[in-house]
Amino acid sequence: MDIAYLEILIVAILVTTASVIPGVFLVLRRTAMLSDAISHSVLFGIVIAFLVVQDLSHPALIVGAAATGILTVALVEMLNRTGKVHGDTAIGLVFPLLFSLAVIMISRYAGNVHLDTDAVLSGELAFVPFDRLLLGGLDLGPRSAWLLGGMLLLNLLFVLVFYKELKVSTFDPELAEAQGFRPKTMHYALMTLVSLTVVAAFQTVGSLLVIALLIVPAATSYLLTDRLSWMLVIGVVAGVLSAVFGFAGAIQLDLSISGSIVVAGGILFLLALVIAPRRGLLSTLRLRRKQRSDFAGNLLAVHLLNHQGTEKGTETCQSDRLAASLNWEPDYAQLACRNLQARRLIEKDDGVITLTEKGAEVARATMML
Amino acid sequence: MMLLDWFSDYTLRTVILGSAILGATSGALGSFAVLRRQALLGDAVAHSTLPGIVLAFVLTGTKTSLVLLLGAALTGWLATLLILLILRQTRIREDAALGISLSIFFGLGIVLMSWVQRQPIEHKAGLDRFLFGQAAALMREDVILMSVLAVVILIMLILFWKEFKLLSFNPEYAQTLGLPVRRLDILLTGLIVVSIVLGLQMVGVVLMSAMLLAPAAAARQWTDKLSKMVLLSALFGAVAGAIGTIISSSVSHLPTGPTIIVVVSVFVVLSLFLAPERGLVWDWRRRYAQRRSFAVETALVNLYQLAAQHGSARHPHETSAIEVMMGERARKALQSLQSRGWVQASGTDLWSLTEDGEDKARQLMLKEMH
Repeated sequence: MDIAYLEILIVAILVTTASVIPGVFLVLRRTAMLSDAISHSVLFGIVIAFLVVQDLSHPALIVGAAATGILTVALVEMLNRTGKVHGDTAIGLVFPLLFSLAVIMISRYAGNVHLDTDAVLSGELAFVPFDRLLLGGLDLGPRSAWLLGGMLLLNLLFVLVFYKELKVSTFDPELAEAQGFRPKTMHYALMTLVSLTVVAAFQTVGSLLVIALLIVPAATSYLLTDRLSWMLVIGVVAGVLSAVFGFAGAIQLDLSISGSIVVAGGILFLLALVIAPRRGLLSTLRLRRKQRSDFAGNLLAVHLLNHQGTEKGTETCQSDRLAASLNWEPDYAQLACRNLQARRLIEKDDGVITLTEKGAEVARATMML
Repeated sequence: MMLLDWFSDYTLRTVILGSAILGATSGALGSFAVLRRQALLGDAVAHSTLPGIVLAFVLTGTKTSLVLLLGAALTGWLATLLILLILRQTRIREDAALGISLSIFFGLGIVLMSWVQRQPIEHKAGLDRFLFGQAAALMREDVILMSVLAVVILIMLILFWKEFKLLSFNPEYAQTLGLPVRRLDILLTGLIVVSIVLGLQMVGVVLMSAMLLAPAAAARQWTDKLSKMVLLSALFGAVAGAIGTIISSSVSHLPTGPTIIVVVSVFVVLSLFLAPERGLVWDWRRRYAQRRSFAVETALVNLYQLAAQHGSARHPHETSAIEVMMGERARKALQSLQSRGWVQASGTDLWSLTEDGEDKARQLMLKEMH
């Protein structure tokens, strides 16, 4: 593989993994849309800082963006505290304004090769190899690899150091408050981290697609595990997979790389939604079918027990007869019969069925309920 | 260009009229979105229309508004289905469900756009007007189409007014009355989706949610009545649409959508602060007046009690004596008491109660005792 492609792939993996780490907490803490708001409004800080320093990789952009991230959270809380708007309306009012101001400034003052509305929408991963970090004439690789690598480290470090605090304040804010873990501070710290991640990701994926990297792999992982630690690990794996597949697809079909990564992440999510072992569509479908079948079987077992010894106690598995005697739909009777047979709760002798010892037990247990 | 020219210029008049109609429909429907706490559903739906627009263009090769908008409505609707599926099937909460749906569809839209851009298809320029809106691209036919749809929406609103009202404020009660709540819900959400899709041409997929929310949030500050709120919200939407369009077409490099959003946000801020009775400025005034009258009453009672210790209710005291009891507020409060005729100044910096003041102080103390 071409070295430039390899560089793009590495940066793609760095940006997805750096995003998924705070993303896991966003999904768990129900602040996904607040981070969506941040990802939009952070553009405001980026643009203002850019207009001042005229350099997209200047550290001032990070400061400006982090400040607008915090500003967004504070404005939303302030609006909610007035009690004049409710629910999520505050979010929906704050970020469009800041985002609009940013887009207006871009169109009027900054419409050039470095910062235009396309860059805002999807960034440009393909340009990654052209922006190098040089140190005394030594080529250290793409600048964004260092930036995003640093972001990944910072996010990792934060989660490792404050793991306990994050965990408690996420799952039980009252307990966290009582134990002096300051859930409020954790909230703002996390939001600052989200803002920083958005800025770091800005040049590569733009400010609109970053929300996808933050929450989609994290949500995929949430479908697959119940443990926070595993959720982080699986989230990172889902992020890496979407980066690899998205990158490959984009190169193959000549598409927007960042967009393809998001779509790959989306496909992984949908896949998990369908086939996740316990929470997927298929397994709930199977569970529901099993419950239905067990219920029918139990009912039939009760019927057989009640009429044991009498003529009715010896039914045959011929569905129409059984259905007539129980006043059931033939299909349902068949289902009950098959269920009991599969569970070995009945014995079949010359077409006539009788409860086994275990079958009688199950019937009694059903009636006890 | 002079102001008069705006209204005599045919193209511009068309564009302004179109924006006003779009603003009015999204404003009216937005009221329901806000009241039903579906504020961010609009955001998810709006973002999700992008792939539909691009697909409709690729499949039909036309940029006719109706075709593109049908595509938009289709993927917007699919997005709401995905949200419902996630909510029903998993433990993922609403905010993440919205974010996931929005991300997947918007990402798909970006991918499709990048694909179209690299194809040798003619007339592909102009699709990006759906990203940030471009009122200037509105044609006469578009405006006619929008007017027709706007009228349809309006008729539906009038026909189902009572039902929608009940659905927004008390869906449980609506259910007990035997209303087909589920179908009404689908209808109302459908109308909201249509108004989102219509607004896309004006403000674009990214900012459309604000066009739905902001006029309604502003209107909410002025009234407690749903009918007034919907009308006012439609008016705010229409005016913001028209003003934003005029500004953006008179200044170069000023995208329409963001400009309209800034204008409508100004409406929101003004309403939040200034709306009669409900506005923040009125809250502050009320609080100030309360604090003031409390200080005045406290000073009166303090003076009475001090004087009573000297055997006469009229015994004069210095300002500093009251200040010891209630702090710096004392001087202003005493002056205000004097202007009401309850306290009189005697000598330098000495205050004593008048007859009226004595009565008033007793009244206040009695009231406090009860």
